[in-house]
Amino acid sequence: MDGGTRRLAQVFVELADTLVEDFDVLDFLQMLTERCVELLQADAAGLMLADQRGGLQLMASSVERARLLELFELQHEEGPCLDSYATGAAITNIDLTESRERWPRFTAAAEAAGFGATHALPMRLRGQVIGALNLFTDRPVRLGADDLAVGQAMADVATIGLLQKRTLREQTILSEQLQSALNSRVLVEQAKGMLASRASISVAEAFTRMRSHARRNGLALTTVASSVVDGSIDARALTGA
Amino acid sequence: MAPLRVAEILAGIATGTAQDSDLPQRLVDACTRGLPVTGASMALMTDAGPAGTVAATDGPAATMEELQFTVGEGPCVDSSRTGRPVLAPDLAHTGPGRWPGFSAGALDAGIRAVFALPLQVGAVRVGALDLYRDMAGALSPEELVDALSFADAATAILLHLLGQQDRNDGSAPGTIPVLEDRAEVHQASGMVAEQAGVSLGQALVLLRARAYAAEQPIIEASREVLAGVVHFSSDPDGWIRDP
Repeated sequence: MDGGTRRLAQVFVELADTLVEDFDVLDFLQMLTERCVELLQADAAGLMLADQRGGLQLMASSVERARLLELFELQHEEGPCLDSYATGAAITNIDLTESRERWPRFTAAAEAAGFGATHALPMRLRGQVIGALNLFTDRPVRLGADDLAVGQAMADVATIGLLQKRTLREQTILSEQLQSALNSRVLVEQAKGMLASRASISVAEAFTRMRSHARRNGLALTTVASSVVDGSIDARALTGA
Repeated sequence: MAPLRVAEILAGIATGTAQDSDLPQRLVDACTRGLPVTGASMALMTDAGPAGTVAATDGPAATMEELQFTVGEGPCVDSSRTGRPVLAPDLAHTGPGRWPGFSAGALDAGIRAVFALPLQVGAVRVGALDLYRDMAGALSPEELVDALSFADAATAILLHLLGQQDRNDGSAPGTIPVLEDRAEVHQASGMVAEQAGVSLGQALVLLRARAYAAEQPIIEASREVLAGVVHFSSDPDGWIRDP
């Protein structure tokens, strides 16, 4: 098994391993986007999840950049993720110099963010679509069939994990978890603002510090965010990466 | 899409001569009309903790809230504490094991299913919307979507009421703003909370009031805060625009 294949296998074990009843949905989706970037040599990845109210919400992204945020947020209304979610089909190898007519606002935002190509892979299981994984590359490179298959497989593993629980009680638990994750995302944003102001750093830097602290101490990102908000963590404890 | 549904719910409630104080009752009444539930109640939370029942459609709904305080447990309590919805579609089966004290009282009052929805914006907990049924049965995915829209409307109402004092009565009922769920708005709330030395809930109120006073969409006000163009000062008290 060569290094690349071994890494791939490791990532799949990691994904499958995380999917037990009390896992933190936000952390899991964050990890998924980061692994996608690593394995597919993409420059950015974002995960949009259906919010159980008919729209898509950004739940995790591999990179924190203001323009990137805008790019994902407007996909609530227009863009490859929405189309992928609506149809359950993969939308791949989109050259952003040619997509202006199809998705005008999305294309403008993607170009402003410096991207050349994009792909949207549905998170789908037996007819139920719960969101979409969005990949971007800086250069307008095409991802080969093998890479896209890996990307879809990762999305599928995530979907299976989230939807595998079939009893009423467990579906109920999933709904509760998803709503909680959506609210956690808001909490993380609030914490970013507070920490940025408290430590006189940028919002992006604040996020990086919170994530590093979470990772180093084996804490959920949501937990760290709560600690920032209630002041139980000192800004000085959150030193840089 | 969802924001339209929330706006639709709010428009249906804030009609005619509705006073601000009528809004919670109207919301819970609308829940029982619009959702397959028997009754609903809304509880208020402040920075200091639970602050009582704001509205209830009937006896059992009021009982559902009171039980929280008398026995200190139940789906509503769990939901408020964790900030996570707690859906209990078959109270007779799952209740006694999970919440013995609450279930005894609730089943006695004819409650067979409870759906407790926290009303919150991230770390800002403003209350809870608790729905019950007199027969066991889960909400379908579509019904859950609608229930969540009612919860969003309830959150908008409570935030609106929270901002009453700071608002020199600018906005009339009928124009209850739905909070824009944008990352920048949440980040800006965090910054304002830090700058003004207030809770996130109060910061949210300040930010909305600023947007209203400056006649700008809240996302624009938020961006100004994030860019450092505007910040909140505690001395002198108020917003400072940086030159």
